[in-house]
Amino acid sequence: MGVTETPLAAPLNVGFDYTRSTGPVLGRFVNALREHRIEGIRGSDGRVHVPPVEYDPVTAEQLTEFVPVATEGTVVSWSWCAAPLDGQPLSRPFAWALVRLDGADTAMLHAVDSGSPQNIHSGQRVRVRWAEDAVGHIRDIAYFLPVDAEDTTPTEPAPPVADREEGAPVSVVITPVHLRYQHSASPEESRYLRGLAEGKLIGQRCPACRKVYIPPRGACPTDGVPTTDEVELADTGIVTTFCIVNVPFLGQRLKPPYVAAYILLDGADIAFLHLVLGCDAKDVKMGMRVRAAWKPRDEWWTSLENISHFEPTGEPDAAYETFAHHL
Amino acid sequence: MPDVAIAGFAQAPNVRETPGTTNGVEMLVPIFAEVFEQTGLSKQDIGFWCSGSSDYLAGRAFSFIAAVDAIGAFPPIHESHVEMDAAWALYEAWLKIKMGEVETALVYGFGKSSAGELRRVLALQLDPYVVTPLWPDSVSIAGIQARMGLEAGLWSEKDLAEVAARGTEKDVSELLDTPYFADPLRRHDIAPITDGAAVVILSTVERARDIVEHPAVLTGIEHRVDSPVLGARDLTRSPSTEIAAKALDLDGVDLAELHAPFTHQELILRSALGLGEHVKINPSGGALAANPMFSAGLARIGEAAARIHRGESRKAVAHATSGPALQQNLVAVLEAR
Repeated sequence: MGVTETPLAAPLNVGFDYTRSTGPVLGRFVNALREHRIEGIRGSDGRVHVPPVEYDPVTAEQLTEFVPVATEGTVVSWSWCAAPLDGQPLSRPFAWALVRLDGADTAMLHAVDSGSPQNIHSGQRVRVRWAEDAVGHIRDIAYFLPVDAEDTTPTEPAPPVADREEGAPVSVVITPVHLRYQHSASPEESRYLRGLAEGKLIGQRCPACRKVYIPPRGACPTDGVPTTDEVELADTGIVTTFCIVNVPFLGQRLKPPYVAAYILLDGADIAFLHLVLGCDAKDVKMGMRVRAAWKPRDEWWTSLENISHFEPTGEPDAAYETFAHHL
Repeated sequence: MPDVAIAGFAQAPNVRETPGTTNGVEMLVPIFAEVFEQTGLSKQDIGFWCSGSSDYLAGRAFSFIAAVDAIGAFPPIHESHVEMDAAWALYEAWLKIKMGEVETALVYGFGKSSAGELRRVLALQLDPYVVTPLWPDSVSIAGIQARMGLEAGLWSEKDLAEVAARGTEKDVSELLDTPYFADPLRRHDIAPITDGAAVVILSTVERARDIVEHPAVLTGIEHRVDSPVLGARDLTRSPSTEIAAKALDLDGVDLAELHAPFTHQELILRSALGLGEHVKINPSGGALAANPMFSAGLARIGEAAARIHRGESRKAVAHATSGPALQQNLVAVLEAR
């Protein structure tokens, strides 16, 4: 069963623009940043928190007294970032630092563009380097610079801005999040996907309950053991249940109405989801016999997309009793 | 309320990168089998199942659902999940037994840290308005914390290297000759990136006596959290650990398993827990030897329990952490009774 084959793996890149409403406290903070001002908030104990917090970290009291603070401050502690990661405030080496702004009692985490670790120390005086485009976002502070250093050039673009009415304050901040993974298929799934690349439908049997799964699985959901004995399945089967898709959605490839159905291949004990085309949507029935419509061989790869869809064979429908336990 | 004990523990090999899936099935199937063989129990004997894992680590939604396959969850089981280290899943299971709902529980955690860029993924656990948008990575934040203690004279770079060298062949002066990775941290100060999984079986003490000769009785378990605002708390201490410890009886502890992914954090924890010289620290190697995300905390509890099972400890403290710079901490006391 090809146990020596390396499982398949491929890059998986996910991204989403997280869009968050600011509320009154953080809203006031980001709108001030847009005007190159920094505002903190006074806590229950009199400490000025920068960035402002909505509730006191000790008493949980709702806080309301805003306090303007300076755009210069002191490095409380730092670490050196020799190889910046995607999305960080600078793409050249820089220091991460806790900076306590003059007039504040808490420190904020941000970047300091000091050029080298020799040019930064705790107690050092630093000033804000504003971004070229202030949009009402924590990244309007591009980074900090040693107070007497020349301006340097920001390396990162401004974040996206939410639509709002002309003249209205910023009430939403957007943070794009992009993550890169290496996604691995299981050994069992890899066997199945490699079979598809050759036009074969390969299932495996659970050694405990003897059910045939396609795709095969790292663990039978009933018995918790990997499926093993390989079974090559026919590309014919039945529709167990289905739905008619009438609603358009983003990324839809077919024009509604069309049928998405659970297909139970002959010899398999679990159905999988696929399309049923080649007949009018209203003529699809539970128990209908179908056959795979394969794409041309030169388009095959390690994917179930090699089967474009299933279509009716014209044979008599399976009796309900024969598939009722799959529903 | 019944007393609760740990009756079994197993963990997957801790490796830099497994070829397996991010749903952990390949790591979990063998360790479930191992813990069942060890305890003589089967899945029908388990009253409650609880897991800890993270979709951000897996890069996909509901990744823990696929992991449930490893249980063989049919007929349906009584199951729950936390998006945290599985030490907190153990806390939930402990409550279920305490409340008399079940007699036994199986807790597991898993994570394939190697699938993504771990220290960047961990930026997503920070404040989503004013911190995460800057993408500060976990190593850089720990570096800031370490420097505060260095400059306050609470520890030295040599102290940190000694933590890294303990129980290994490493030489402290050689470690100190290595370059900084994230000044002031060197590579030996930072836990490795590890793929792994762990499983613990809990039960009433009465039931545990049938399973293991020396059950590890969970005589106390507490967890607390500090403010998420990094600049508003004293990073050289762990107030949440201190408060959790105050609610526990740590007198006579002879062994500690501490979940410290950075060398200086072990020193903070030892001080917060008031552990003296006579306490054996991290005989397993701790998170600095292997740091499987979402199971390393559970594994600390399992490692401590396993030493009580073997008669190597009479009373142990186990600790788990979550969040940046030791933000949230769980402390458990285990005793041979």
